[in-house]
Amino acid sequence: MAARAVHGIGVPVKRKEDPRFIRGKGTYVDDIKLPGMLVMDIVRSPYAHARIKRIDVSKALAMPGVIDVITGEELAKANLAWMPTLMGDRQMVLPTDRVVYYAQEVAAVIATDRYRAADAVLAVEVEYEPLPPVLNPFDALKPDAPLVRPDREQKSNHIWHWEAGDKEKTDRIFHEAEVVVAQDLYIPRIHVASIETCGCVANYDPVTDKLTIWMTSQAPHAHRTVFSLVTGIPEHKIRIISPDIGGGFGGKVPVYPGYVIATYATLKHKKPIKWIEDRSENLQADSFARDYHIHAELAATRDGKIRGLRVRVVADHGAFDAAANPSRFPAGLFSVCTGSYDMQAAHIQVDGVYTTKPPGGVAYRCSFRVTEAVHTIERMVDILADELGMDPAEIRFKNFVQPHQFPYKSPTGWEYDSGNYPAALQKALETIGYQELRREQAERRARGELMGIGISTFTEIVGAGPSHTFDILGIKMFDSAEIRVHPTGAVIVRIGVQTQGQGHETTFAQIVAEELGIPVEYITVEHGDTDTAPYGLGTYASRSTPTAGAATAVAARKIREKARLIAAHLLEVSPDDLEWKDYAFRVKGAPDRHKTMQEIAFAAYTNFPLGLEPGLEAECYYDPPNLTFPFGAYVCVVDIDRGTGQVKIREFLAVDDCGTIINPMIVEGQIHGGLTMGMAAALLEEIVYDENGTMLTGTFMDYLLPTAVETPHWKTAKTITPSPHHPLGAKGVGESPTIGAPPALVNAVVDALSHLGVRHIDIPITPAKVYRILQEKGVAE
Amino acid sequence: MEPLPIQVTVNGRTYSAEVEPRLLLVHFLREVLNLTGTHIGCDTTSCGACTVLWNGRPVKSCTVLAVQVDGGEILTVEGLEGEGQLHPVQEGFWEEHGLQCGFCTPGMMMTAVALLNENPDPTEEEIRKAISGNLCRCTGYVNIVKAIQYAARKMREGMSVHAGGV
Amino acid sequence: MIPGPVRYRRVRSVDEAVVLLSQLGTDAKVLSGGQSLIPMMKFRLAEPSYLIDINAIPGLDFIEERGGVLCLGALVRESTLERSMLVRQRYPILHDTAEVIADPLVRNLATVGGNLAHGDPANDHPATMLALRAQVVARGPNGERSIPIDDFFVDTFVTALQPDELLTEIRIPVPPPRSGGAYVKFERKVGDYAIAAAGVFLVLDEAGRITQAGIGLTNLSYKPLRAVDAERALLGQYASDELLRYAAELAAQATDPVSDLRGPADYKRAVARTMTLRALRRALERAQANA
Repeated sequence: MAARAVHGIGVPVKRKEDPRFIRGKGTYVDDIKLPGMLVMDIVRSPYAHARIKRIDVSKALAMPGVIDVITGEELAKANLAWMPTLMGDRQMVLPTDRVVYYAQEVAAVIATDRYRAADAVLAVEVEYEPLPPVLNPFDALKPDAPLVRPDREQKSNHIWHWEAGDKEKTDRIFHEAEVVVAQDLYIPRIHVASIETCGCVANYDPVTDKLTIWMTSQAPHAHRTVFSLVTGIPEHKIRIISPDIGGGFGGKVPVYPGYVIATYATLKHKKPIKWIEDRSENLQADSFARDYHIHAELAATRDGKIRGLRVRVVADHGAFDAAANPSRFPAGLFSVCTGSYDMQAAHIQVDGVYTTKPPGGVAYRCSFRVTEAVHTIERMVDILADELGMDPAEIRFKNFVQPHQFPYKSPTGWEYDSGNYPAALQKALETIGYQELRREQAERRARGELMGIGISTFTEIVGAGPSHTFDILGIKMFDSAEIRVHPTGAVIVRIGVQTQGQGHETTFAQIVAEELGIPVEYITVEHGDTDTAPYGLGTYASRSTPTAGAATAVAARKIREKARLIAAHLLEVSPDDLEWKDYAFRVKGAPDRHKTMQEIAFAAYTNFPLGLEPGLEAECYYDPPNLTFPFGAYVCVVDIDRGTGQVKIREFLAVDDCGTIINPMIVEGQIHGGLTMGMAAALLEEIVYDENGTMLTGTFMDYLLPTAVETPHWKTAKTITPSPHHPLGAKGVGESPTIGAPPALVNAVVDALSHLGVRHIDIPITPAKVYRILQEKGVAE
Repeated sequence: MEPLPIQVTVNGRTYSAEVEPRLLLVHFLREVLNLTGTHIGCDTTSCGACTVLWNGRPVKSCTVLAVQVDGGEILTVEGLEGEGQLHPVQEGFWEEHGLQCGFCTPGMMMTAVALLNENPDPTEEEIRKAISGNLCRCTGYVNIVKAIQYAARKMREGMSVHAGGV
Repeated sequence: MIPGPVRYRRVRSVDEAVVLLSQLGTDAKVLSGGQSLIPMMKFRLAEPSYLIDINAIPGLDFIEERGGVLCLGALVRESTLERSMLVRQRYPILHDTAEVIADPLVRNLATVGGNLAHGDPANDHPATMLALRAQVVARGPNGERSIPIDDFFVDTFVTALQPDELLTEIRIPVPPPRSGGAYVKFERKVGDYAIAAAGVFLVLDEAGRITQAGIGLTNLSYKPLRAVDAERALLGQYASDELLRYAAELAAQATDPVSDLRGPADYKRAVARTMTLRALRRALERAQANA
């Protein structure tokens, strides 16, 4: 074993999870089949807002294969008609009297198989009395607006008001400013649309009195706690297993009514219940992202120095505040919106509002609203550059937080850990040939062609989070790892986070390999089973490496410290005479006298020093001292078709800095994927409702995921600025590209049109939107 | 409705079953034959997670009835590996990090296998067009293209070795 | 999404299909490629009580020129059309069309016959067939009849086919010298229906005057549309870019699109103009190269 390569940090190790996936041997929730299993299917509302007058289940119940039809009235008797959301609001599981969004769950059919269940769903008769829908938050805030949530004490659709920064100072700066630019931006509702939809298999075993739920969950431990609180079942009698997850991106963080109904049904029928959404249900009723109406202002000097930022946001949260933000951050980490730029003051106000739309406000591959934040600042900086006639690269260099300013205290209170923004942008501009592109653009403009170059230099904020500020429903946002070294030097690692494709089974093994000098192939990583994995808050918001990655490194180092004592015993020297070098404990000055971790592990079970506990294992619950702040510089080149309004991405370069890179192959893959989702949000994806609140984008025919044809061949590069407080210097990367890409694209499209007086276009930038502008400016073909 | 008898060869093995005429091929594979490597990702013939080869052609098995394939041959992801030897496409996806969550992967690989059977040396553009009926939400396609190029190389090398009589 | 209960019969001949259709009437649906029908059944937008699977009828998948006519069997798959060397060389407009229908996997099953018989104005072949002045051959209990394509599309999802008739063949006149066709589609992404698309077929005389013009438009009205005024404007004229622009404008004026997620009606009309112009230019190039 010792002769084999360790394949620790920085090595593009092939993924350990892939052998099962490439053989079709992954186990996703829908692959689970238990004896006697029944299937659940859900009756959904055709109205956005209606009173339920009557539900008649008799025809459905009489159909072959139908076992049960569960309604809200029945759940109410078990005190399960409502459940808490992760934001401390409450949400209907099944309604007893009214529905508040299109496709809301109304009743659940339990049948012998999915064909019988689907037939029975159509036979459940529901009589509705339609009520007026409330489809945007501005209408919702009007005094005569219909009340979305009469169950609340507060008789308005306003949920909460939240502020960050220094209002007085910011107002003063704006009052004195030489230049102020302002812009309304709308970031529409979008949906993560992982290719696997959500679902569960809930199985109550009356013999052991234990409830096991296989669930599409990004946070199985947190969900177990919620389930225990909702059902009253003791937590040790609930086991939640996240098997292989077919993409998460934030959409598998919330608890959906379907999980709770399936759980109720297994408790009632004492048989396993499977519930798997179809795609329409997934798009229509699962948590959305964004839906932020933003008004932003930048104050600056005439020579382009930014002095202050003022932002007001009206946030549409749908019918229940089921966002998945840390408790103290109802608007997530939006206040990081001063971005990569040094300024004196900022003031942010956000108001959350109920509408008769599906609940949510989850991320879409984004750390708690940082996409909205980055979009705001990156657009505003370009708008300021346009106002002042400056180059968008020049204005960025002029305003960057400088490398010597780190750790940098932002005007809204964040402490950026490390960064080198000018270096990243410099690298991006040189790699893509910025000056040459500008020359080409001028030539093309002279010929009437529309070409644009867009820059985005974003700062991301990930790794939630330190316990002094970060919790979800009171549970602090630490994360965890347990490492056990077996006598032969093989290792099992269990972590509190949960992969959905990020490759944890590989990267976490590499961390342990690096810290212990054990080849990566001898290290198994397990996660996702609450009966075996240590408690953790799950994987989202790019938090796995910053939190559980750190926990893994710290636990491994605890093992190493114990191993030092055993090595000293074996080498008959004092522990202080040993140094850890080249993956072994070596006697200082006599490096050939050494013990590998494999030798030490064996001794830990066979020949340990007297008084030392046998075995070789450790755990760590890691409470991060700060968040980490990855960053990047993206440049995008687009051409616009004057005959159709189509935006064609000619080139896109992403320079990312996520600190220490554990597996460069995986990091690059994460960047490709994130860029694609960012591009999709910028150009294609939007959830649209008609005037009745009916969703018009409930299938993949109308909710547009990019194919390989629409997706450009991404180019990537990197700089490396380690995090000073993370044990490995790593920062997290999964979401940076989704955050950085949209403003780069929008800035490019606006740049292509800026000489015509265009300053802003809301996403998604559809061909129809662009063409209308071309017509208005008289350049449409 | 009356179940109908069908006989289908899946991954080289012949199965007889009685199925409802409306049973979708994907459900036949997953729920009757327990071949769960073929996945379901949408309702509109859009995502391609359910792609299998039917008599050698890649099709979306959510949009084919099981009764239609009576007498036919189906190849699923479970049938790609031959005698412990990964198919070059499987190998390529592993080598080039052509997958992340793995959910679209079986369908994507089946499309790739059919492409390379027809066109042993596809350009990047040809690959991108060929896989444009398969959605991937994780990879951004760059590494999937590389994975298929890897497999193409590997298959061409294999053929030339064979042709050379080595 | 699960289709509703249905009966199924695999037929072995056109006659067998016609007999069944006569017996079952509108309760039955012909299952060809199934790439539109099965999704509609899953959404319960189509709930036929009987499926007549015609895929096993032998000899219905021909692509051949016979007596001055290109004959396409109803069961020709789009992917077969796309790969046909005959089509690629002699009927590039058909190749253009086949390769932008849905996506490559759907095209492996979808058939040319089904694309027409579905009567969906968003489908791509109707415009092409309108431009090419195709004939649709149908077989019913009283034998075979040939329906000019202009008479074939009656309304949204309604064609001239009777409930007891089966579409068996599409006939397209063999292109004369100095002819060329093209299909140009603008879609939001692969797999989408057209925002607008145009199929154009032109024939020139020796002097370069346009002697025949066909223009079909996709997804721009309640049924597939032929741009008659635009065609007329081209006839007898020398093909200048100005003329093509004028014809494209007339084609756009003939459209009657609805506003939807693909864009407002006026936008679609504008794209119709662009698509027609681009298809005209490409068809002209091909005609000139085909001298």
